[in-house]
Amino acid sequence: MEKVTKIVVMAKQVPDTRNVGKDAMTPEGTVNRAALAAIFNPEDLNALEMALQMKDRIGNATVHILTMGPQRAADVIREAMFRGADGGYLLSGKEFAGSDTLATSYALSCALRKINPDIIVAGRQAIDGDTAQVGPQVAEKLGMPQVTYAEELVAIDDKEITIKRRLERGSEVVVSPLPAVITVNSSAKECRPRNAKRVMKFKYALATSELSTADSEKQSFIEARPYLHIVEFAAADVNPDYEQLGLSGSPTKVKKIENVVFQAKEAKSLTSEDKDIEELMKELIASHTLG
Amino acid sequence: MNNVFVYIEIEEQEIADVSLELLTKGRELANTLGVKLEAVVIGKGVKGLNAELAKYGADTVWVADDEIFAPFRTLPHTAVMVGLIEQEKPQIVLFGATPVGRDFAPRVSSSLHSGLTADCTELVIGEHKDPKTGKEYDSLLYQIRPAFGGNIIATIVNPECRPQMATVREGVMRKEALSTPAAGEVREIDWKPMVKDTDLAVRIVERHIEERKINIKGASVIVAGGYGVGSKEGFKLVHELAEVLGGEVGASRAAVDAGFTEHERQIGQTGVTVRPKLYIACGISGQIQHTAGMDGSAMIVSINTDPAAPINKIADYAITGSVEEVIPKMIKYYKQNSK
Repeated sequence: MEKVTKIVVMAKQVPDTRNVGKDAMTPEGTVNRAALAAIFNPEDLNALEMALQMKDRIGNATVHILTMGPQRAADVIREAMFRGADGGYLLSGKEFAGSDTLATSYALSCALRKINPDIIVAGRQAIDGDTAQVGPQVAEKLGMPQVTYAEELVAIDDKEITIKRRLERGSEVVVSPLPAVITVNSSAKECRPRNAKRVMKFKYALATSELSTADSEKQSFIEARPYLHIVEFAAADVNPDYEQLGLSGSPTKVKKIENVVFQAKEAKSLTSEDKDIEELMKELIASHTLG
Repeated sequence: MNNVFVYIEIEEQEIADVSLELLTKGRELANTLGVKLEAVVIGKGVKGLNAELAKYGADTVWVADDEIFAPFRTLPHTAVMVGLIEQEKPQIVLFGATPVGRDFAPRVSSSLHSGLTADCTELVIGEHKDPKTGKEYDSLLYQIRPAFGGNIIATIVNPECRPQMATVREGVMRKEALSTPAAGEVREIDWKPMVKDTDLAVRIVERHIEERKINIKGASVIVAGGYGVGSKEGFKLVHELAEVLGGEVGASRAAVDAGFTEHERQIGQTGVTVRPKLYIACGISGQIQHTAGMDGSAMIVSINTDPAAPINKIADYAITGSVEEVIPKMIKYYKQNSK
């Protein structure tokens, strides 16, 4: 039997920090984090698209999502299934709470050792932290090469992957042996939309803990259809060194958090009338700010 | 031992600005701690850079010079950096938050199991008391960075693991040459035992470097347009004013996302950080995402139809009016009064 290439996309459910509307602001001018919508991290969608392209090219391949988070993070797995993923793994448990990027990458690497994929794809960074660390840190833990800032899948076979990646000024094409970790930039192709048939097929997909609280009719419906079962890993399922998980596994500690408040300072108000603009330009020239 | 290290990034045989900025900051940290500042240069044909690095405060310049190190590839640079850190045990290591630094610094941190804070906007030495254990530390590196889309500012410390590592974006710190250069003593890294054959497995088969056409970072006057400019056409006015004032054109993320102008002009948390003498914000509402990249400007003038736009809270002059009406007047009165 020909080998099936296993592609895993690491994805994260994040608060939508890009659209902080008026209702998410407190009267003090700070952000009420709980009021932000939970969304599929944008660059992880670019990553999903690239993974699906890999599957399209290889043919005999599967794409699964791996996400770490609370039960509701299973939403990103379902969303990915609507767009073309075959299934997913939810890594969930209180042991993972308080993880910094290093503890997160350790937990994900434990799950990945268990899944044993041929290719790991992820978004370059998540919009809640913008660190871009987890992809490379996972690659290091698994001893795999990495290609970051990936923009285009050029070629793939069972031994190598060729990727065009973005540089500070320009681009380069690199060939990496597999298995490897690829992190995908927002400049890569946008993710394909939901497919109506797939939405019909996968809308009842549930993770193990969601299934346990579902009614018995739904339970037997899903048990008869294994493709609707989202695998859920607890900490114990991935054989971790518990010292390296969560807060105790996080070398960085948050010492202080300050909410950003817009500090009002004395702005001189001007109208758009000629005399105001002329006065301003004269002042800027006189103070050598201009010229 | 336990010194401050800065990874020096080389772009086309030149030292990246961000590395000189980090040396300036690193010098200050090393002085506070009473230790040395050491620069690490990994590349090809990089042996002659020590004089320049000494000017910016490097007491020691570590060099690994070989063709396997250029152009940059993740694994060989990671291997040398990890090997040198294990050998020299610095207490602090700084990297530029460039595509290079952001690519391999996390790998270095993962290999050493030590914390790394991305995109710091400030680095300070300070005390720390662990709230749980009560253990006290006298001189930790405070790694200060915006998080949560710039809506909070977090101070991160790395109490137990060494080194304490951070990345900093280009333009965030100032670079300043010393009046008397530091020693800049060159030391060769014994890198051959550090690099394995498998570290060379990724091959670069093609490479295109674009000329840097736009230099908003170095401009002393920036005229920036936002979504309120309304269109690509409207941006022509912004360009006209910038040209007359001898400045550059910047943009907010919203204007870039709307396709009004090039991505290279984006100022803000996910773009470039600037601190010009004069910043003219045209039709920019002033989301924190944007202001994080320009609030260090010496003078800020805002043009906005909405007198309550958040940008006006950080502006020195807030003009209530439309961009189409105000810019031509600015051009007219600048020309009339400048000669």
